[in-house]
Amino acid sequence: MSKDKKIRLGKLKTKKQKAITGLVLTSLILLYSFSLWSQDFAVASSQSSPGTILRRLFIVPLTDPSYRSVFAERSLLMLETVAIAYAGGVAASLLALPLAVLAARNSGGRLSYLGKVILNAIRSIPELLFGVFFVAAVGPGAFAGVLAISVNSIGMIGKLYAESIESIDKAPIQAIKASGGNWIQAFWYGVLPQILPQFLSISLFRFEIDVRASTILGLVGAGGIGVPLILSQQQRNWEDVGVILIIVIVFVMVIDKLSGFIRSKLV
Amino acid sequence: MEKSTAKKNKIRLFKPGTSFKIFGVVLAVLSLYWAAINQTQASLNRILSSFPILYRMLVEDFFPPDFSYLPRVVSQLVETFNIALLSTTLAAFLAFPMLFFSSSTVNRNPLSYSGIRLVMTVVRSIPNIIMVVLMVALVGLGPVSGIIALTVYSAAILIKLTSESVETIDKRPIQAIKAMGGNTLQTIAYGVVPQIFPVYLSHILYVLEVNLKASVVLGFVGAGGIGQLIRRQMSLFRYDRLGLIIFVLFLAISTIDYISQTLRSKLV
Repeated sequence: MSKDKKIRLGKLKTKKQKAITGLVLTSLILLYSFSLWSQDFAVASSQSSPGTILRRLFIVPLTDPSYRSVFAERSLLMLETVAIAYAGGVAASLLALPLAVLAARNSGGRLSYLGKVILNAIRSIPELLFGVFFVAAVGPGAFAGVLAISVNSIGMIGKLYAESIESIDKAPIQAIKASGGNWIQAFWYGVLPQILPQFLSISLFRFEIDVRASTILGLVGAGGIGVPLILSQQQRNWEDVGVILIIVIVFVMVIDKLSGFIRSKLV
Repeated sequence: MEKSTAKKNKIRLFKPGTSFKIFGVVLAVLSLYWAAINQTQASLNRILSSFPILYRMLVEDFFPPDFSYLPRVVSQLVETFNIALLSTTLAAFLAFPMLFFSSSTVNRNPLSYSGIRLVMTVVRSIPNIIMVVLMVALVGLGPVSGIIALTVYSAAILIKLTSESVETIDKRPIQAIKAMGGNTLQTIAYGVVPQIFPVYLSHILYVLEVNLKASVVLGFVGAGGIGQLIRRQMSLFRYDRLGLIIFVLFLAISTIDYISQTLRSKLV
């Protein structure tokens, strides 16, 4: 009796739903057992204790005055990383324009699908692969990094540009055309004021991501702070690694704050 | 006289001072760009003129790929995928309870609320390679350090993404449960979780995509996965093998992106 009165908070499941749940659970179990079975969990731990390493990473560089000059030197390399991100970001913002126009439904028409496929393909490649590719092609150095950033960023910038083109309000354009404006005027006074602040904001947002990405690109030899980072890490020179970590964290945070401030003014 | 009235009658399309602002922005963007290309020697011209080199690279150096190397690539690819999957899973379990602390709908204590938010923002803003280097230093070489680093990083992303959805849920079920005398746990279990669960699953899949791309980098600093192969073949200038790695990786990532995006569109 009391069992009948129990209120069910969940919905009753149909046969099909039960089958789907079973299928999902079985495949998840299979996936995880395969992954746990195939994965080697060996750790080659360092000879010094984590405490010593932490002290060498963060305490020694900040307290020992002999690391002052290292800070200045590494900060210059971090500036190179930022420069890579900026140069790449500007190039990507320009290169993304035609692709975004192609990919947006209202401007690209039937070809919009093609544009979306190209942008998706670019976005699904990690920045590091672009880095490997461009370092192999033009040799190590900041230029390879700029190329990698500029191609890699097209994917996301293009997608966001296209979304912003798709959301254009047509009323101002129609008003300008109705009062006798030609298409140049319609574009200049009707379209640009709508999309330009958004485009700038998108590019700035991507620049924040690019600063992080170009830090990584140094690992494959594409210039900037990543190059000394991987060298010092291999030599177990934890003081130098600590200096670089601190510089990267500080720079990234300051840039994020600055860019966030500018973006809040833009849109 | 006539001139000044004509001027007054002119309709302004932009607010006064707009052209100055635009001029300032353009000047700032260009001068920064000038500084950046000076530093990196990467003018737009040089970028455009390097496309023929890239084409030759693709056609002559990467082809034909060395297919005998495939088994090695696949085994490292599995490790990369394992790292991404395990760190995403751990992050999903770790982030779930934290979600409720980091959303103002459930957590009414402003101190712990803003404290958690601050920590999450800091973690997310650190480039993930920094976290990986730190973990390799503290834990040691091997995929475990990679898993830990990515777990921390993706838990922060998960909390950030989902706590926004927690903020915007329908508050009526919560009020109803509270009115019936439900405690905080019951409110969460019956009022909040059913509303955010599909969103949370979808974010987990998204984080899996992100992690898969991020875990490529791990091998470069000794944290396991396909990165160590890329590194070795790069230093040996074996571009036929490098071409194979890039191609296989691209295929794997696009496949998983596609599966994950299909599942996500079904969820939300």
